[in-house]
Amino acid sequence: MPSISPDYLLIQIFNGLVNGGFYALLALGLSIIFGMLRIVNFAHGVMYMLGAFVAYYGAQLVHLPFFAALIVAPIVVGAFGLGIEVLLLRRLYSLDPLYNLLLTFALVLIIEDVMRLAAGALGSPYQTPDILSGATNLGFTVYPTYRLFVIVVCLIVCFAVYLAIERSRLGARIRAATEKPELTRAFGIDTRRLVSGTFAFGAALAALAGVLAAPNTNVSPTMGDSIIINTFAIVVIGGLGSIRGSIVAGFALGIIAAVGAVLYPPISNTLIFIVMVLVILFRPAGLFGTAERTA
Amino acid sequence: MIAGRRGAIVGAALLVLGLVLPVIPGVYIVFAIDLVCFALVAVAFDVLLGFTGLLSFGHALFWGGAGYVATIAIAHGVTSFPLEVLAGVAYAFVLSAAVGAISVRRSGIFFAMITLAIAEIQYFLAYQMIDLTGGDNGLTVATRGTFFGLSLEDDHVYYYLVLAITAIATVVAVRIVTSPYGAVLAAMRENENRAKSIGYDTDRFKLAAFVVSGTLAGLAGALYAIGNRLSGLDGVDWHTSGAIVMMTILGGIGTIYGPMIGAAIFQALDFFVSKTPIGDKTNIVMGLVFAIIILIARRGVVGELMHRLRPSVVLPFEDEEPILL
Repeated sequence: MPSISPDYLLIQIFNGLVNGGFYALLALGLSIIFGMLRIVNFAHGVMYMLGAFVAYYGAQLVHLPFFAALIVAPIVVGAFGLGIEVLLLRRLYSLDPLYNLLLTFALVLIIEDVMRLAAGALGSPYQTPDILSGATNLGFTVYPTYRLFVIVVCLIVCFAVYLAIERSRLGARIRAATEKPELTRAFGIDTRRLVSGTFAFGAALAALAGVLAAPNTNVSPTMGDSIIINTFAIVVIGGLGSIRGSIVAGFALGIIAAVGAVLYPPISNTLIFIVMVLVILFRPAGLFGTAERTA
Repeated sequence: MIAGRRGAIVGAALLVLGLVLPVIPGVYIVFAIDLVCFALVAVAFDVLLGFTGLLSFGHALFWGGAGYVATIAIAHGVTSFPLEVLAGVAYAFVLSAAVGAISVRRSGIFFAMITLAIAEIQYFLAYQMIDLTGGDNGLTVATRGTFFGLSLEDDHVYYYLVLAITAIATVVAVRIVTSPYGAVLAAMRENENRAKSIGYDTDRFKLAAFVVSGTLAGLAGALYAIGNRLSGLDGVDWHTSGAIVMMTILGGIGTIYGPMIGAAIFQALDFFVSKTPIGDKTNIVMGLVFAIIILIARRGVVGELMHRLRPSVVLPFEDEEPILL
């Protein structure tokens, strides 16, 4: 094994934190949706991609600044998600959740190709906002400021969402509707609206991740394709439906994958899936899941 | 529809359709080869989904994996077609036994996720092992090889060979699902706990179904790759796993012949849409069709047809609403 300098390893850990931040944001949305709707949402990667495109077209057409896009894109994509839930997903709740998984898969095919038709397959760069361009001295290295910004935003948003769900009144209702939907309804709480709101919120989180990713990556119709499969694995590792598990597993797997890539490069792409298989074998409910959710 | 005289008639009709397919005006022979390969993989998938209720989202593992192995064999000097196919099928067999051993105990979403994850591992291995697989470019080979001295470079010769193999494999699949073993599968699908309490080792039955399904999918994938003299990342991608699911459900879960027709419709639709101005964005239409099937016609084309013609015949998953387990 080649010797690796501690500084280089530290840089990789920061890179892992950036990826982990995206994983955590996406996994969080997926997990909230799964908890409430029992749907594994294939279209989550599409929401991420659409978020990036809202930022991109916003900048192109109306000079929408990056910081405004961080607000606008989640709202637009959240509304889009709301429409999908109300018009389509709702029809299949009485059936096995796998039907909704397949329906969201169909949505991926449609939306991705519509975007390829509209925007072309190749994708376009998105300018890093001036105030965040450049690099910051961290003592051991200089690190791109924008990436630090991503880490901070992801941490803050994940923590805020966690607190909101664990501590607020609305969060308590969401948790109640997740655990015992009939009983929650019996108490006079409109679970239908909670379900719609949850799906829209999950989509909005994905869109936020998409906007954050826009300056880092090429904005393209297929940008959500591979990250969504990684996120599936992370959600399973954290425990399907576990909010805490998604956040922890998101950041942890981001770092593990980055460090793994340094120690043994060929494993970088597959490490997350290998971890997932091991988790399913030895701890089927996931690291933070409850046994009830293994079914 | 699968068993008995009626099944034999449907099977024979499909075989006749297969025999005349290349002479139908406008049908390209290479298109026909692909179509028959997809018909076989849809049958393979239905053995699992239709008869155990397990939804695999990773069948590209066997389809694309066996395709790679077959073309890798050719690239390394194998010219005997039976050996090429055998290499691919053996790979799919071993892999499906291993993957099945760790996955069949899970059901529903977990089964879908674990098969998807393992298929992704293979995808990245294929992407990275450039020396063996050609990586991004795929692996192109110069020949299909020979079948006991008969050259297979002629597309019509190859088509009829593939058709014959597919016919035999389909008969095998039909025999399996209509056998006493198939009856146990059906019982498990309807009520797994009851089957368990009678004394059946349900995991072993599911594993066997998974291996049959994976191996047949590998056979189809090997025939496809050899036919195109090419294997590539497309074949091991999760979208391909999804396409296999789509063909099967489009035709009709649990009807065996239905998924063949589903595959044919899927391929034909894809072909015609690609000739329209939307070009290679065919997934807009494929996705719409699949969404409509999921929303309002979950029995699939053949399943709905059978239901209209003879409502008394009960298909799998048809008690009230079709239910995936």
